Amino acid sequence: MNRIIKFVILDILRNKIILFYTILLAMLSFSMFSLEDNESKGLLSLLNLILLNVPLVAIIFSTIYIYNSSEFIELLISQPIKRNKIWISLYLGLNTSLIISFIIGAGIPILLYSPNLIGIILIFIGCIISVIFTSLAFLCSIISRDKAKGIGMSILIWLFFSLLFDGLIMFLLFQLADYPMENWIALIAALNPIDLSRIVILLQLDLSAMLGFTGAVFKQTFGTGWGILFSSTLLILWMIIPFMISLRKFNKKDH
Amino acid sequence: MRIPVFIILLLIICLPICAKNIHVGAKYSHQKIKKALSEAHDEDTIVIHEGTYKEGNIIIQKKITLLGINKPVLDGQNKYEILSIKSSGVIVQGLIIQNSGFSTLDDPGAIKIYNCDNVIIKNNELRDNFFGIYLQQANHCKIENNRIHAKGVEEQQIGNGIHCWKSDSIVIVGNKINGHRDGIYFEFVTNSIIWRNISFANIRYGLHFMFSNDDAYISNVFKNNGAGVSVMFTHRVKMFNNYFLYNWGDAAYGLLLKEISDSYILHNRFINNTSGIYMEGTNRILVEHNTFNENGWGMKIQASCMDNVIRENNFLGNTFDISTNGSLVLNTFNENYWDKYEGYDLNKDKFGDVPYRPLSLFSVMVESNSSLMLLFRSFMVNLLDKSEKIIPSLTPENFIDNKPRMHSVVI
Repeated sequence: MNRIIKFVILDILRNKIILFYTILLAMLSFSMFSLEDNESKGLLSLLNLILLNVPLVAIIFSTIYIYNSSEFIELLISQPIKRNKIWISLYLGLNTSLIISFIIGAGIPILLYSPNLIGIILIFIGCIISVIFTSLAFLCSIISRDKAKGIGMSILIWLFFSLLFDGLIMFLLFQLADYPMENWIALIAALNPIDLSRIVILLQLDLSAMLGFTGAVFKQTFGTGWGILFSSTLLILWMIIPFMISLRKFNKKDH
Repeated sequence: MRIPVFIILLLIICLPICAKNIHVGAKYSHQKIKKALSEAHDEDTIVIHEGTYKEGNIIIQKKITLLGINKPVLDGQNKYEILSIKSSGVIVQGLIIQNSGFSTLDDPGAIKIYNCDNVIIKNNELRDNFFGIYLQQANHCKIENNRIHAKGVEEQQIGNGIHCWKSDSIVIVGNKINGHRDGIYFEFVTNSIIWRNISFANIRYGLHFMFSNDDAYISNVFKNNGAGVSVMFTHRVKMFNNYFLYNWGDAAYGLLLKEISDSYILHNRFINNTSGIYMEGTNRILVEHNTFNENGWGMKIQASCMDNVIRENNFLGNTFDISTNGSLVLNTFNENYWDKYEGYDLNKDKFGDVPYRPLSLFSVMVESNSSLMLLFRSFMVNLLDKSEKIIPSLTPENFIDNKPRMHSVVI
């Protein structure tokens, strides 16, 4: 198993796209921090970029990588190795390499410019988001054997979580404005890992005072000790569940 | 001819000498302030020497001067109102006054001035009192260089630092107030000036103004107060050169204006407030040469405001520069500097050639549905704002600065 993981990591790290991704992240982070006059604003702009780019790269890169290594997977299946092991080591290998490139690309600038709790939370969130979207990529690529369909699906998932979901929340907020539903809508928003990460970071900044009533609700639900536990549980579920489904499918797959 | 003039002058100079000094202190003829007071006549000075005096409520009904030497302490033992001034022309200087009683029925204060004029309260320190200095129907009084502090926790449990009610021509200069309910409170006070005070960390407002016409407050610092500064139901107020800092919280404002008219807000700085200025029902106000820096909202202008002119201000680094709650715009924006302005200046006249719309779509939407802040800083909101900037369709048409500056106003 370890040898497969090692092989996957080395294979990915040699990939030019992942190198480009690392350099892009580093350039964006450094320029964000030097453009903004204080580091908390730099963090905020960086947060936006991370929440947009990291899931996109994670999901599309992983999907393409899995499709491209289908022959390698078939080769491994013909060997006396458990299917579980193959899929899990592929998952771990992809995640490790994406996290390494995120930490080099964005983590180092963040630690240099803003070595505080919020910075560390932001790095954590970047890593978690990478893992979540890799896990979704595994689900996409197992559902369809057609590469184009799989990539299309992963783009759609990214679009859904970073754009359409917010539109849905906005729609709900306007439609249900006359009812005391804010708490429930806030909970629904928390189901989206991107929204949840954004709000977790915003709550750590002074800006939370601007969030008004819903901010207070969120602070109560997600800001306290139990809240942090609750939101991390949600995020961990996002990391595991799509991958588990894909694992079951992979074990049953027969062609 | 020369001699009578000389004699008259000499008489004038000598006149104060006719007044006595009565010394109070452990080593002096009088040990009690009350005793000295009963023997004093108008124009006398009672010199209070070092020591702690616990004499309950001291009522001053003569025109005397209370002068503290080496900071004597007057203690109210948490039971009494300490100094009640009921005569005009009293001067209180150099005392430490502490621990007044607490009662919501008659509002005891460390120093309370009842229906008299020309009182001067100067260089005192007021510690942990219910009300600090309380003026009630007092005119032409001066409150200068006092240090007023308390450790208030709840609004109901503590009074105001300087409380003025139904007074005229009051001068409040150079005081430093913290830990009270409102730092300075004005109700029905006219023709007065508040100058160079520092009011910070008060539970409610740094300065609270109600029904007080023709006043001015100049060069004060209002910092870290629970809800900032509020000016309500008042005409002709002048607000110059003040600092409104770090009034940060769910319901905090740098400056809250409600039902104000014909006033001036010039050369102030609003830094790090949730809302720099919140305006409701304000008319004919000139907002000029102010700096709005790092606020959540620079200005919140409700649709009930009319004929206000907002010109030559700097808006720097605010999350939202302006927000409003309706589509009706009856105010003018001109020649401001907006750091979010993205236009150009071809004719090099230092003003942008493209008008600037300070209202972002998201701020308008949040005003109508505050829960939308849930989506604050999300990708979709950024996208909406950008598209609205290019093709304005939902934000009010005439909410516009036709002559935005390219560089910030030097103030």
